[in-house]
Amino acid sequence: MNVQLRLNEIETYIGQYHILQGISFEVNRGEVTVLLGRNGAGKTTTLRTMMGLNPASKGVIELNGEQIHRYPTYTIAQKGIGYVPEDQGIFPELTVEENMKVAIKKENEETSERQDYILDLFPDLKKYWKRNGGLLSGGQKQMLSIARAYVNNNKLLLIDEPSKGLAPIMVEKVMESILQMKEKTTIVLVEQNFRMASTIGDHFYIIDDGKTVQNGRMNVLRENEEMRRKYLGIA
Amino acid sequence: MELFFNLTLNGLATGMLIFLLAAGLTLIFGLMDVLNFAHGGLFAWGAYSGTWIYASTGSFFIGIMGAVATGMLLGWIIEKWMIKPVYGNHVQQILITLGLMLVLSELLKVVWGPNQISASPPDVLKGSWVIGDIIIIKYRVFIIAVGLLIFLIVQYILKRTKIGLVVRAGVMNKEMVQSLGINIHKVFMLVFMVGAGMAALGGVLVGPYSGVIHAGMGMEFAILAFIVVVIGGMRSFPGSILAAILVGLSGSFMAYYVPDLSLAVNMLLMAVVLIFRPKGLFGLKG
Repeated sequence: MNVQLRLNEIETYIGQYHILQGISFEVNRGEVTVLLGRNGAGKTTTLRTMMGLNPASKGVIELNGEQIHRYPTYTIAQKGIGYVPEDQGIFPELTVEENMKVAIKKENEETSERQDYILDLFPDLKKYWKRNGGLLSGGQKQMLSIARAYVNNNKLLLIDEPSKGLAPIMVEKVMESILQMKEKTTIVLVEQNFRMASTIGDHFYIIDDGKTVQNGRMNVLRENEEMRRKYLGIA
Repeated sequence: MELFFNLTLNGLATGMLIFLLAAGLTLIFGLMDVLNFAHGGLFAWGAYSGTWIYASTGSFFIGIMGAVATGMLLGWIIEKWMIKPVYGNHVQQILITLGLMLVLSELLKVVWGPNQISASPPDVLKGSWVIGDIIIIKYRVFIIAVGLLIFLIVQYILKRTKIGLVVRAGVMNKEMVQSLGINIHKVFMLVFMVGAGMAALGGVLVGPYSGVIHAGMGMEFAILAFIVVVIGGMRSFPGSILAAILVGLSGSFMAYYVPDLSLAVNMLLMAVVLIFRPKGLFGLKG
């Protein structure tokens, strides 16, 4: 396994608050790495720091060996990172079609194929192609957000809590889609739903108080009830 | 009938001039979260530079193009050197743009002197058409046509092109646009320059309409433009033209029937909209 993304001792402030106080982890190419931790531990800030939305004040982020932590957000995205934020970031007054068009960096055969693939995965998006993004259900918005991140040939997807606020049936759909996409791209996933995280994830990192405190293969966590109880508050 | 028609034509022409100023304001605010109080200064610079170029070259068309170019150049300078360093800080933006408004107005006096300058339309746009009892002043029709044309062009760009799509998306969620790999600052710059160019176009057109231009004209029109932006909705481009026409018409009719209330009626209109629809008649959510 070769390392695609590496974070080394990342620290991030939001205003006067020292949110990330030493985040280090590695993401292997072709794997799903899950960031776990309680609410407020710093998982979302970690993804936002990787995207340059909350720039790191210390530490190094490398993508394929290239340091990217000083780049502006759009350059980081151009390097091949797709981002699905916690609030989905849908443009509410644009149609599903327009939301996709904004995302497509270059219209060519490849993006057209990727779009067809993702629309087959999420047929609801095809059905509501001309509907405004703001009128979609929570699950459909999540699908659109994932589709937008996937449509370009991104090497890495950062997905923030895709199951949040969704009905169980939608959670299943989103989970299945991520499992399928896993075959084509590397994924960093922030997820509170442990069942989903443990089904999809290959590797985990636990973040606590802004620091990475534990990591390992997902099956280790599945079998370690004490660790789950201590850091995630679940049995 | 004749009176009604003339007041309507007058109101529409004034509305279009306000629209050219307000459209840039609403786009700049919507996309960049910048309340640009210097916008009126760009309007006045368009009036002076355009009138001067027209007088120097004898071509009204070149005067218009020169005014738009001046506005866009000033817009580029202002965005790059004065607005960009204070993105996200509204207090500093207000102070800087208000200061700029004063500087731009005073600079006009330095370059062209403190006295007002007379302006007239080219021969082809002078005079009027007479249809029955109705007299149609050509220059007013010209202003309405230019305003409508600009509206249609900008609306086409916003609705049908990728850059327009990016601008509309940016108005809704700037962070997400950047996360999709788009350099939003380049878009900011472009929108600011286009907004400045439209303001300057309004300025050069207003000279022959009112007969004179003066350094304080920017502030006068900017107040009306801010009222239009509030009524139409802070982020809505179509809202800005409809509200501008509303303000132009109400001003025109009130100035004839109840002259004392002609400015107050716009304030009143704005207050009513703010009470019942705080986001404006066509304001976007969020």
